[in-house]
Amino acid sequence: MTTTEPGFDPISDYDIFAASYILDPFPVMDTIRESDCPVAHTERWGGSWMPTRYADVVAVAQEHETFTSQQILVTAPPAAQAEGPYAAVAAPPISSDPPEHHWHRRLILPFFAPQAVAKFEDGTRELCNRLIDGFIDRGEADAAADYAQQIPVRVIATMLGVPTDLSDTFTGWVRGVLEAGLTDPKIRLESRNNILGFFKREIDDRRANPREDDLITTLLASEVDGERVPEEYVIGVCNLMLVAGVDTTWSSIGASLWHLAQHPEHRRQLRDDPELWPSAIEELLRAYAPVTMARIVAHDTEFQGCPMQAGDRVLMSFPAANRDPRQFERPDEVILDREHNRHVAFGAGIHRCAGSNLARLELRVALQTFLARIPEFELVDPSSVTWAGGQVRGPRQCQVRF
Amino acid sequence: MTLGERWTKGTSMRVRVDADACHGHQSCAIAAPEVFGADDYGNAVVLIEGDIPTELEAKVRRAEGNCPERAITIEG
Ligand code: HEM
Ligand code: SF4
Repeated sequence: MTTTEPGFDPISDYDIFAASYILDPFPVMDTIRESDCPVAHTERWGGSWMPTRYADVVAVAQEHETFTSQQILVTAPPAAQAEGPYAAVAAPPISSDPPEHHWHRRLILPFFAPQAVAKFEDGTRELCNRLIDGFIDRGEADAAADYAQQIPVRVIATMLGVPTDLSDTFTGWVRGVLEAGLTDPKIRLESRNNILGFFKREIDDRRANPREDDLITTLLASEVDGERVPEEYVIGVCNLMLVAGVDTTWSSIGASLWHLAQHPEHRRQLRDDPELWPSAIEELLRAYAPVTMARIVAHDTEFQGCPMQAGDRVLMSFPAANRDPRQFERPDEVILDREHNRHVAFGAGIHRCAGSNLARLELRVALQTFLARIPEFELVDPSSVTWAGGQVRGPRQCQVRF
Repeated sequence: MTLGERWTKGTSMRVRVDADACHGHQSCAIAAPEVFGADDYGNAVVLIEGDIPTELEAKVRRAEGNCPERAITIEG
């Protein structure tokens, strides 16, 4: 198996933005994981470490005192982010460490409990049906751009009480932060400022016109230790919900459809045995985990024999962890009724994805609705599928025929 | 349960969630919705006090095997 492009050694010089890695990162992850040095290192893109074994990735996620969330994207923020009106705005709770993390997270958890997200199911199904109405007569569609990409942004806009007709604008901003912006500081800063500026205006509006049953109004009124939460917290939470809830979920829906397009036997299994859905969703999340997060090392330490220094960046590749044969039998196979699946697509430890119940609901409804209306479909041309990668991996163009 | 009851009924199963280790993945409730639920914050609660009915034991084992935080302990 060839795993390298010229000048790209997986163990000492990996490049998460290399075209070959974005297209198919698994051979590189396997090479690192099975080497004598399963925690790889690179100087590229500001430098980082990358553990690849399940146990190591989970340890980094759980040991939040050593591996902090001062920065969580795979490349450092633009220096100019530390200036201007929004310098104090972060993305709580994902960018917070204890002790603040506790209340930063606790205030939003009730919005995401299974009982709380259930109310989005009918609306999500209607949305999926409407999208399918738009292309079903054509006999062909882009499962990523025409379908997957359109769903989570509208669900989250509804949840936040902001106009769904701005969906394309929101999507552009999110991609600016999580895709193009990772290697282009200007795009990243512009996108961030657009998002924060937008939510600042929404917050001003809610102060003037409070709404019933509204997430932003509720957050603005919440108190911690007898004091109103600061405005930066509310802007930061809205920022995170948009950024964390869109690219991730759409990547998951898109990758699952890409898989199902190539596996008629899995489509058939899901049709014949609807009880398979819960484990099938977990298995698709495992196999196509979209998210890689970063941590910053708090103090000099040795981790699996690697000398890490305070300030070093560590990448938590949940996709690599989820394919570790030490943890999962036949890790590269999608086994829809996999019995034991401790996958970490949603992370682990105190930052475990707060939106996971909503994400699963969206993924299930999107796939069920698609399969119900379009039982048979295939890729028009496997080589024309394009992917995004780095922080969030998923198909961006994925033409299917039915 | 006395030793005699244990003998006639077979070994009983009980289940516990370590609240400090649980971070609300809800993988347990997906595998065994009869046994695990969520509190207002999405963290796990065990819905069955005492012995797990025999017909649910397999589901509880599956729930344990799906918890990424290893927060579930099966006794018996
Ligand atoms: C399939 C879709 C999704 C995946 C794979 C995913 C993955 C993740 C991961 C891996 C983390 C951990 C971050 C870390 O450890 O630094 C995380 C955190 C988070 N996610 Fe998601 N996510 C998804 C969808 C969503 C959705 C729909 C929302 C809702 C808005 C959301 C909101 C959050 C929040 C608020 C956090 C921060 C939790 C904390 O730091 O305490 N995510 N997500
Ligand atoms: S699967 Fe584990 S961590 Fe998740 S809710 Fe259940 S007990 Fe808690």
